Amino acid sequence: MASLRTTSRLFAASRPMFRPAFARTYATVEPTPSEQPKMKTFKVYRWNPDQPSEKPQMQSYDLDLNKTGPMMLDALIRIKNELDPTLTFRRSCREGICGSCAMNIDGVNTLACLCRIPTDTKTESRIYPLPHTYVVKDLVPDMTHFYKQYKSIKPYLQRDTPTEDGLEFRQSPEDRKKLDGLYECILCACCSTSCPSYWWNSEEYLGPAILLQSFRWLADSRDEKTAERKAALDNSMSVYRCHTILNCTRTCPKGLNPGRAIAEIKKMLAV
Amino acid sequence: MFSQKVAQQSLRRLAVQQPLAMRSSMMGASPVAVALGKNIQTRQVTSTPNTEDPSQILVKQRLNRPIAPHLTIYKPQIGWIGSSLHRITGVALSGTLYIWATAYLASPALGWHLESASMVAAMGALPLAAKVLLKTTLALPFTYHAMNGIRHLMWDLGRGLTNPVIIKTGWTVVGLSIASAVGLALI
Repeated sequence: MASLRTTSRLFAASRPMFRPAFARTYATVEPTPSEQPKMKTFKVYRWNPDQPSEKPQMQSYDLDLNKTGPMMLDALIRIKNELDPTLTFRRSCREGICGSCAMNIDGVNTLACLCRIPTDTKTESRIYPLPHTYVVKDLVPDMTHFYKQYKSIKPYLQRDTPTEDGLEFRQSPEDRKKLDGLYECILCACCSTSCPSYWWNSEEYLGPAILLQSFRWLADSRDEKTAERKAALDNSMSVYRCHTILNCTRTCPKGLNPGRAIAEIKKMLAV
Repeated sequence: MFSQKVAQQSLRRLAVQQPLAMRSSMMGASPVAVALGKNIQTRQVTSTPNTEDPSQILVKQRLNRPIAPHLTIYKPQIGWIGSSLHRITGVALSGTLYIWATAYLASPALGWHLESASMVAAMGALPLAAKVLLKTTLALPFTYHAMNGIRHLMWDLGRGLTNPVIIKTGWTVVGLSIASAVGLALI
């Protein structure tokens, strides 16, 4: 068998008739033969750093929804595989846990892998990168500043006193419960880049995602640097650029509530 | 090791049975050399030294990066549209107050008649439709800003911060403020 395989591999180069007609991935599905093609137009934001003088533009792609998987990410992967290999976007887990495929789909920030393709074929779907981010290429935003801001809040347990028995730092089930709805954040930046305040003040305002994480460490019963954390936030820019617009809570693809976390931080700072 | 041996064996068999196919697929290697295991694959490589500072490629690219579209492409939702209206009505109301108060202070010096009696007379002279329209345009920003302000006070207490409540209270404020503004205008 092994020898057969090697020989056939040698021949594959010279005899293309043995190659499959097209490469199939999970993004492509087998259509049922009786169905009419359901063509939908996808308009995708394109910008190429190799041609910096050319302005960003929207490029149209038509896909048959019968042959496409159910999610927006499936559509993007199909476009890349079968229509235009130059289309660039980030993706990894395809199940909403890595946060790579965060983008603006039909006007709302979400994860492409968790966003169903609207079945209405008459209207086109418009796909943009995360709003008001620097575009690296096509749908890929520059997240450097976002990650720097995350680092600035010291997102780790700070504690000087060891436990009495020298084992791990424990907390009561009630204290643990305070972290629910906070620890699940995957830092996809959907909420931060949906926030108009963050659009205009991203240099100094931390934005909903980072503030949710700030609150996650402020709310942790094991952390001992609460006073320092509060002092670092207590200025006019870090928190108080939040004007409770609440786009963050509306858009979070994980169903979390950054708006509530910021409100809790403001309450903590007020007393 | 085993698989390598098998592969070599199959290559040898191929070289003996179909030397021509072998030659085309092996990029011109002699089938005999392949069969004897003496063939060394070579590839012509030419390289030019890159004198460019590689750390500058990204820096140069960063200078050109466009900002992704934001306000113009974001879906209109009651949350942020309502919030921007709150800001706009606040600026309009306080702006009107400042301008009016300054004009009132300056009116004796400039000879304007802004005292209550003349304002009442001016309003009374207007036709009914103009009266209602003028009063609504003044009342609507006030009612909206005041009622949405209650929503903001509620949020500052950490209440009503879930998606269904945000949407419901948002539309409630829109409805109530329009109704009360028309009500005020009809007084």
